Amino acid sequence: MTCNEARILLHALIDGELDASHASEVEAHLGGCAACTAELAAYRQMRETIAAKDLRHAAPPSLRKRIEASLGKAQPVLPTRRALLRGFAMGSAVSAIAATGLVAIVLRDDDQQRIEAEIVSAHLRSLQAGHLTDVVSTDQHTVKPWFNGKLDVSPPVIDLTAQGFTLIGGRLDYVDARAIGAVVYKRRAHIINLFVAQTTSTVHRPARIENLQGFNIRHWSDRGLNYWAVSDLGADELAEFGEKFEAATQNNREG
Amino acid sequence: MPAANSSDDPERARRFREAALPYLDDVYTLARYLLRNPSDAEDAVQECYLRALKHFDSYRGPAMKPWLLAILRNVCRAEFARRAASRSTPIDDAPEAAEQPPLWHEDQETPETQVLRDRDAVSIRRLIDTLAEPFRETFVLREINDLSYREIAEAVGAPVGTVMSRLARARAMLRSAWMAEQEQPK
Repeated sequence: MTCNEARILLHALIDGELDASHASEVEAHLGGCAACTAELAAYRQMRETIAAKDLRHAAPPSLRKRIEASLGKAQPVLPTRRALLRGFAMGSAVSAIAATGLVAIVLRDDDQQRIEAEIVSAHLRSLQAGHLTDVVSTDQHTVKPWFNGKLDVSPPVIDLTAQGFTLIGGRLDYVDARAIGAVVYKRRAHIINLFVAQTTSTVHRPARIENLQGFNIRHWSDRGLNYWAVSDLGADELAEFGEKFEAATQNNREG
Repeated sequence: MPAANSSDDPERARRFREAALPYLDDVYTLARYLLRNPSDAEDAVQECYLRALKHFDSYRGPAMKPWLLAILRNVCRAEFARRAASRSTPIDDAPEAAEQPPLWHEDQETPETQVLRDRDAVSIRRLIDTLAEPFRETFVLREINDLSYREIAEAVGAPVGTVMSRLARARAMLRSAWMAEQEQPK
């Protein structure tokens, strides 16, 4: 690998976008090249500095209100001066999205998206009669030991009844061709499946919420575990669940 | 008024609001960085949501956030076209120069010990705003909207390799601008 290649690929390395074999090729080059290693360190530092800042722009409340109002109406009533360009722009958005089938052998599989699709399938399966729980209990001290010996990790099982999310049991599921723990909660009539799997990375990854096939998925990583909470609850309530769960695991560690 | 069609369906509008509104700040953030003007950004975001609602029935993925950002981005491209048509002065970006070979060929070797000094969010935003368009877009989609390379590639309609080289270039430009500022304080 040449320095020129390495200096593009090191960004993909920083971003965790390389598959294992290309990552080790880049690392092999870095091992013998002090200049590229210095570049990597410099960009890592820049990225960390940037990540620590809030660079987002919050939408003004007036804009939010206007959009909410316009979405509630049958006919959009707020033509903008760009109305003429509307058709043109949408056409290209659709074709941009249709242009899938991207091939890039250096990228890892888009694990994230594939796994999220599997998580949603597993959630849907669980909703069929008799599939939701293998162990039924509202007691975390019953659910947690049930997982012992069934998985290579011990999912934290936390009772959040006081916070408005009732623990109803646990289940062994399969995602990404591996056994995975699912802890099942309920809010009103809505089921939340919290999937927990081991990850090799111990980096704390802040939560992100995605919407897939009408379900919300909140994904985060903490201390060697990957979490996906999936539900048909609204994004705000699912975020609340995730935040309360994370706060409770934090307390358990400290307490 | 025409007979009730799918866009009159309140249930559909509700599903759309629940799926799409949580990303309002993401969409607005990208609009601000692309258009660099708050009121144009607001118009573009509103347009984006109306358009997304209209096409919600045919939406089958990708995930909601990249889908919305792709629409927003195309609304902004239309705005660029409008600006270019209404002004004789071109937008500051020069796409022809954009995809040229990477910067480090021409780059003087920066001392390896040189460390970027911490900056506040306002200064970093300003530095990002100085990046030329395709680089700024890729950079913001990656670092601020937190999209994967593949999601960015789909949203901007470019191959993943192009996304990768744009991002490398964007970071190189940002770093040079950052260093230039800290070496020559005003």
